Amino acid sequence: MQANTVLSVQDINKHFGPIRAVNGVTFEVEKGEILGLIGPNGSGKSTLFNCILGQLTPTSGGVQINGKSVAGAQAHELSKMGVGRTFQQLSVFPEMTVIENIIMAGQEHHGTMLTRLFGKSDAGLTGEAEKMIEFFRLGHLRDEKAGALSYGQQKLLDAAMAFMAGPEIVLLDEPAGGVNLTMLQYLKERLITYNREHGTTFVVIEHNMEFVMSLCTRIIVLAEGQIIAEGAPEDIRSNQQVIDAYLGG
Amino acid sequence: MTALRILFLFAFGIALFIAPMGQGNYIIYVLCSWLIFSISAMGLNLTLGYAGQISLAQAAFMGIGAYITALLTMAGVHWIFAVFCSISASFVIGLALGYPALRVQHHFLAFVTLAFNTLVFLVLRNEDWLTGGSLGLVGIPRPEFGPFNTMMQLPFYYFVVVCFLITAAAMAWMLHSPWGRAFKALRENPIRANSLGLNTTRMTLLAFAIGSAMGGLAGALQAPLVQFIEPGSFTLILSLKILLMVIVGGSGYFFGPILGAGLVVLLPEMLRFTDGYYLIIYALLVLVVMIFSPQGLIGLGQKLLASFKPQEERGDLKQGAQL
Repeated sequence: MQANTVLSVQDINKHFGPIRAVNGVTFEVEKGEILGLIGPNGSGKSTLFNCILGQLTPTSGGVQINGKSVAGAQAHELSKMGVGRTFQQLSVFPEMTVIENIIMAGQEHHGTMLTRLFGKSDAGLTGEAEKMIEFFRLGHLRDEKAGALSYGQQKLLDAAMAFMAGPEIVLLDEPAGGVNLTMLQYLKERLITYNREHGTTFVVIEHNMEFVMSLCTRIIVLAEGQIIAEGAPEDIRSNQQVIDAYLGG
Repeated sequence: MTALRILFLFAFGIALFIAPMGQGNYIIYVLCSWLIFSISAMGLNLTLGYAGQISLAQAAFMGIGAYITALLTMAGVHWIFAVFCSISASFVIGLALGYPALRVQHHFLAFVTLAFNTLVFLVLRNEDWLTGGSLGLVGIPRPEFGPFNTMMQLPFYYFVVVCFLITAAAMAWMLHSPWGRAFKALRENPIRANSLGLNTTRMTLLAFAIGSAMGGLAGALQAPLVQFIEPGSFTLILSLKILLMVIVGGSGYFFGPILGAGLVVLLPEMLRFTDGYYLIIYALLVLVVMIFSPQGLIGLGQKLLASFKPQEERGDLKQGAQL
């Protein structure tokens, strides 16, 4: 493992009875990389994603974040280890305002249980939260309830929440799902800008090829639980094995 | 805090102060009951309304608080120490019950807490060497604070008001802190909250234990109010009544349980002039509130207020769906 490796996936296997959902997958993600994880339906992307996030225990193999094993770590512990994530489905707090959603996303990373009870009601995060809202151009919706936002706006808010704690790596689960083209361009531009400004590492699971090809610096293609191709977007686009996997050839 | 809210709180404080003036002992007793049940319902509101965990054991925690206070004060211990023991014991028992019970959710959790309520009732009834069994405990003293004696009904009322205000202020403080936000996050989207670094198990357990401790405090006030307690006062029926207070007042709203307790405790008394029909009218009123406003009385009030406010269209919606 190299010094600037953020995520290391080592020979992960996940079997459900006779089905080998993930079969000996190994890869590393360097700091500042935007890695795309693609593959046809049933290729094992989501299972692998869930193994990385500790929601599924791999049959064998291991995952390390910054050299530390995440085996058995719960979601809140992963968050404290510097792992942010977004969800395939909308995942905001609908009855809270936009600013409250963002503050909630950061407050557990500031102070202790006691200081959070006796300290400031915003945990001293209002300024930082406003900057994040402005970055994702949601400033005009600051005091609107998240549930009243459009689908695309909620996707943006979801992304903003994942970044609020200043994670080292963010795992984005189908960020383009259900988002219109204008919004998609905008989301992509914001993610690239954030990546350049903060050096945050991204791992993106996505079905939208155009989105992945234009966002990611490297792509891994899974089929039947195994890596069948890995490389730059332009190489993946013309890889015959990938084309066959998608077309069922 | 808006000027309107400050004005409302001021008016509420004045109303609490003048409410018992010129009233007989029974009315003052009913007002005390309202405030005590408001404390208990605020506790359940934290567990249910903010953290989203249903509990049918609030009466059991009131019973635990009441019996500990009764036993200690009858043994000569001052109420202040007794209430500290009642709150602590309810908190610890809440933690002990919540740790295994909160592994299940919704109606399963309701049944686990229901079983606990029944268990507490059986212990209170059967362990008569300690609790007096079905006959209960009689002659529970009321607290004295130097020259301030609460033996008379009016001073006891003001003593309960002070306890109520301290509890409500502490609750408001907690709900406006990041803890309050974390409790709401638990109710709205626990998986997301967990992914953002919130230890959802610990926070849910805390909400349950604090809610239970508030039940214990309510019990510690109930014992000297009635000066007699028996197991039948803390059965499942009372837990359901406290749940009704939270739901009918407005679950997840700060003033919801206070209004709900008012409806459940005060309204039947106010309807007594209808003779034998008062419970029917009361039940119908509760039904109407629940059918037309599942968010309870507070939700109903918000709906009414919103209907008088001019509707403002959001800027981004006026421009069309750009995003």
